[in-house]
Amino acid sequence: MTDKKIRVLVAKPGLDGHDRGAKVVARALRDAGMEVIYTGLRQTPEMIAEAALQEDVDVVGLSILSGAHMALAPRILELLKANGQSDVKVFIGGIVPDEDAPRLKEMGITGIYGPGASTEDIVKDIREAIT
Amino acid sequence: MIFTQPVLEGNRLSISRLLTQVENDTPDGRVALAEIFPHTGKAHLIGVTGAPGTGKSSLVNQLTLYYRKQNKKIAIIAVDPSSPFTGGAVLGDRVRMRDLSGDEGVFIRSMASRGSVGGLAQTTASFTQVFDAAGFDIIIIETVGAGQSEVDIARLAHTTIVVEAPGLGDDIQAIKAGILEIADVLVVNKADRPGVENTERALRSTLELAHPTKRVFRHHGQTTSIDAPEADANIWIPPINKTISTDGKGIPELADSIAKHIAHLRQSGDWALRDRARLGSELDAVLQEELVNRFFERVKKDEYDSVVDKVLSRKLSPYEAVKLLLNGNSEQER
Repeated sequence: MTDKKIRVLVAKPGLDGHDRGAKVVARALRDAGMEVIYTGLRQTPEMIAEAALQEDVDVVGLSILSGAHMALAPRILELLKANGQSDVKVFIGGIVPDEDAPRLKEMGITGIYGPGASTEDIVKDIREAIT
Repeated sequence: MIFTQPVLEGNRLSISRLLTQVENDTPDGRVALAEIFPHTGKAHLIGVTGAPGTGKSSLVNQLTLYYRKQNKKIAIIAVDPSSPFTGGAVLGDRVRMRDLSGDEGVFIRSMASRGSVGGLAQTTASFTQVFDAAGFDIIIIETVGAGQSEVDIARLAHTTIVVEAPGLGDDIQAIKAGILEIADVLVVNKADRPGVENTERALRSTLELAHPTKRVFRHHGQTTSIDAPEADANIWIPPINKTISTDGKGIPELADSIAKHIAHLRQSGDWALRDRARLGSELDAVLQEELVNRFFERVKKDEYDSVVDKVLSRKLSPYEAVKLLLNGNSEQER
């Protein structure tokens, strides 16, 4: 049991209450052998960064359907960095318009997934990103 | 060692990273554990166990809020099961503990059981040492949703809280061996639900049936043995507390029961006894692991495989095979 487990925080920032997508992803990552820390709905960026710190995760997965990604993502990246966790890879799933994607990636978001994305791709991308 | 000093100073990132090293049993983790060990032994370890859905996480949330008002630093270790098939896990206890975020005096760490079956993970005890050394006053360990025999927590914690909820079974469940026996404090949670009186009555009559027993921990043999009842004023009778953990009702009374239990442990000498039993069984576990590792360093893989083959073809029983492997003695071979 000495092999390094991938630890992922799945969080849902913002005010919309639709967590089905986050749960589907959490389940898929579990089935891929990862340890998923699920934090539930309506998390503030501060709560997410704090959980990422306490759980020493490799990856943070954000589910954002509210359209607030351009405000939430940079704030979370900034807080992770302030905590000394700039090595944590951040992924976003949800509704992100195509024109926002390049700007998010520039900020430091590792991957962005919209409706219809396959969980296999997400698993593969996470594994690649942290090796 | 890079971790030791910042962990002793309570640096949160260092604590978190050390926990990962410890969980993965790395050489760095072992060195740091050895270095912090002299600084442990101060914290009060509270175990919270019970069936899935009885409200353990919510109770931990409320209890922590209560202790924070007394300015105690609280660490929470929340254990959830790993999948036996993929090794993955969804750790969801934080969902019930959102009231605690933003508080520097609280540190919550989720843990997957990683194949352990006693309700804790193999490295949970080491986690408590990290938090202990880092200056947390109280360490609350929430086990996986436990059935009847996940009783490892009783060996780890100073005070074990067993959480029940109305409607989970009749009084026969309550006299079975196992989880109820390990309770230092019993909690009937969801006390606003119908049936709470029945649950309380069943628990109370169980306590009366099994007249208060003095618990004796054994160093070897790993089991918690129970001596015949003695008429001794020093015997602790587990109190039954009713709580509603969604709104915090009954929590001050529960904290009071816990405080009384600690006072009892200190006054009766059980505190030292429990510490000794815990560290003894930890020593045993490490010893077993080391012996097995040394054994495998010595024995050649093909030699080992050939013995397994013989067991498979029913030429050797597993007992005979072990004898053969340990003594190099093939007399037992048929």
